[in-house]
Amino acid sequence: MIESSLELLVSNRIQFFSVTSSLFLFAFILRLVKRKRLKEEYSLLWLGFGLIFIALAFYRPLLEVVANMLGIIYAPAALLLILVTSAFFILIQFSVVISKLAEGNKNLIQEVGILKAELKKIQQTIKDKENNEKPDV
Amino acid sequence: MKPKILIIVPAYNEEKNIRNVILSLKTADPNYECLVVNDGSKDNTQAEAESTGLATVIQLPSNLGIGGAVQTGFKYAFYENFDFAIQFDGDGQHLASEIPKLLAPLQRNEIDVCIGSRFVEKTLGFQSTFLRRIGIRVFEFMNHLLIRRRITDSTSGFRAYNKSAIQFLAANYPTDYPEPETVILLGKNDYRICEVAVEMAERQGGTSSISGLKSAHYMIKVILAMLMTAHRHKIRRV
Repeated sequence: MIESSLELLVSNRIQFFSVTSSLFLFAFILRLVKRKRLKEEYSLLWLGFGLIFIALAFYRPLLEVVANMLGIIYAPAALLLILVTSAFFILIQFSVVISKLAEGNKNLIQEVGILKAELKKIQQTIKDKENNEKPDV
Repeated sequence: MKPKILIIVPAYNEEKNIRNVILSLKTADPNYECLVVNDGSKDNTQAEAESTGLATVIQLPSNLGIGGAVQTGFKYAFYENFDFAIQFDGDGQHLASEIPKLLAPLQRNEIDVCIGSRFVEKTLGFQSTFLRRIGIRVFEFMNHLLIRRRITDSTSGFRAYNKSAIQFLAANYPTDYPEPETVILLGKNDYRICEVAVEMAERQGGTSSISGLKSAHYMIKVILAMLMTAHRHKIRRV
């Protein structure tokens, strides 16, 4: 009797912990978007995986269902798989975003370099013209 | 009307060579316009190049690597409406006297891009080291496989381009180790490419950008890039 109630408490505690932390993650991401610290576009993956975590935390048999579906015997392994997959997707998204940034950055550097050289030329022409217009002293 | 010819000289930490390179180009033909693209050098390259008074010098605010530097040259050539552009290394290994050989087939409008090659026929002068020649052979084989053309010196950075190639490359040019990849890119997009035999000198100063462990990274990256480029769709020209 004592043992089983202790077990229930422990298992509820882990559920309590997982529900609060997944809700916190979701709320945290939303807050970042609201404060414009995170762009909507890049928050979608986070929010999507956040929802999956919330669903898994609230409804515990879901993990078993998912594990069964994937043919995983040990259910917590399925959880690990979901976590790793989500981290992978988000990291790949980072690589894509970085590549895009690098391309834009390269173009900017090139154009700034060209503009600077052109500006220098124009300044030199103006200077020469002014010198020519000055009467000889 | 005389065609406008731009010589694009990418330079990274070439304070020892850049002056002589500019002078040699201007001595070879005073009509050449020299454009030095100083790729965020940490030495005195900028001042050395400017002090000649014979070249336009673009100073990139940070280092882009050879591909980004050369592409800056293409963009400049495109904006300034040049007819031909020559890519010419800032380290003194290319010879200004060989430029007319590269330009001739372009001026006859037989081809769009001409590559100065050390291997198309046995030329005098510097032939690179044994290991590098093996790498270059691999590229030659890949060129044959991917675009069915015989390009023997894919890594040569001594090239001439006509107006249409300039416009294309101003918008599409690979970044890190661009030379072999560009051959595939141009071939894939139906540009006419040829090689002419040229002599090259051993570098006069500074160190090569590729050495030691980097070579393995270089080969893998370049081969991957060549395969990817060959499997991309053709780029629509405007």
